Amino acid sequence: MIAEILKGMVTTFKHIFRKPVTVSYPEERLPLAPRYRGLHMLVVGEDGMERCVGCELCAVACPADAIYVEAAENTEQERHSKGERYAKVYKIHMLRCIFCGYCEEACPEEAIVLGKQYELASYNRGSFVYGKERLMTPLAEAMKQRPDLHADW
Amino acid sequence: MLQLTDNDILPSKAEAEEFERGLLLTTLDSLVNWARKSSIWPASFGLACCAIEMMATGASRFDLARFGAEVFRGSPRQSDLMIVAGRVSRKMAPVLRRIYDQMPEPKWVIAMGACASLGGIFNTYTIVQGVDQIVPVDVYVPGCPPRPEQLIHGIMLLQEKIAKERPSRQGLFHLPWRRTA
Repeated sequence: MIAEILKGMVTTFKHIFRKPVTVSYPEERLPLAPRYRGLHMLVVGEDGMERCVGCELCAVACPADAIYVEAAENTEQERHSKGERYAKVYKIHMLRCIFCGYCEEACPEEAIVLGKQYELASYNRGSFVYGKERLMTPLAEAMKQRPDLHADW
Repeated sequence: MLQLTDNDILPSKAEAEEFERGLLLTTLDSLVNWARKSSIWPASFGLACCAIEMMATGASRFDLARFGAEVFRGSPRQSDLMIVAGRVSRKMAPVLRRIYDQMPEPKWVIAMGACASLGGIFNTYTIVQGVDQIVPVDVYVPGCPPRPEQLIHGIMLLQEKIAKERPSRQGLFHLPWRRTA
């Protein structure tokens, strides 16, 4: 009987010297999958033009109805995007969003893309409505998270 | 430039008394808060797919024990935190409220995932649109389901929130020299 116990304990002691599997999260992080879908980014091009043209296809494609887009016409004096229209209001409710990436698939301009940031928890519900000011990301920064983006769309 | 007078700097008598009382109680508060935030025992309330990620958070890879929160209790009487993981149907809502009521004070709630926080894609009459309609929620964790890291981040936010609490002011613990109202 003692032999069996010793045999078992040998296995236990072997595990002491193994590398622990634990990832101590706030200090070290697991590498994300290349296709991981995190926080959205509304890409602003190199020339300062927003890529979004306010077509609302993302809002239509969204299975959770988390996106709200209000488009407005570009004028000669005030030009926000290369198209005829731009998104005057662009809101995503991050709590409703399920990060499926359908908006990115639907987008014809590669304007809304899902980045790699995932630490989104917060204390109150109101702070989860992300407006344009929190979503807009310069292309260079977006490329850091998503190297597969096209610089010249 | 704004000139400060003696009246601005020197505390009044009432303020000095408050400070003396506060000094003792804030020390006690921070001790109690430290104890509370480093041993948040969650009640296991897994309702759907988010519970799988919750289990992964408790398991050795992500190891919630590093935050003192690994003891998923089967009984609400022994737990401080309810992680609502998954969609809450209308039929489950009274059960959830009952479990919450059975938990002893102080208690906290984390709404994990899109469904528990807001109903997610299930914008229907069968699913409660946000668990905050039934219980007060402290931290919302978005994601469908959230990664274990996201849940840990939520728990860290909750720990920060607990650290800011003033249990002595809220009357959550009894001080022997203080008469209870």
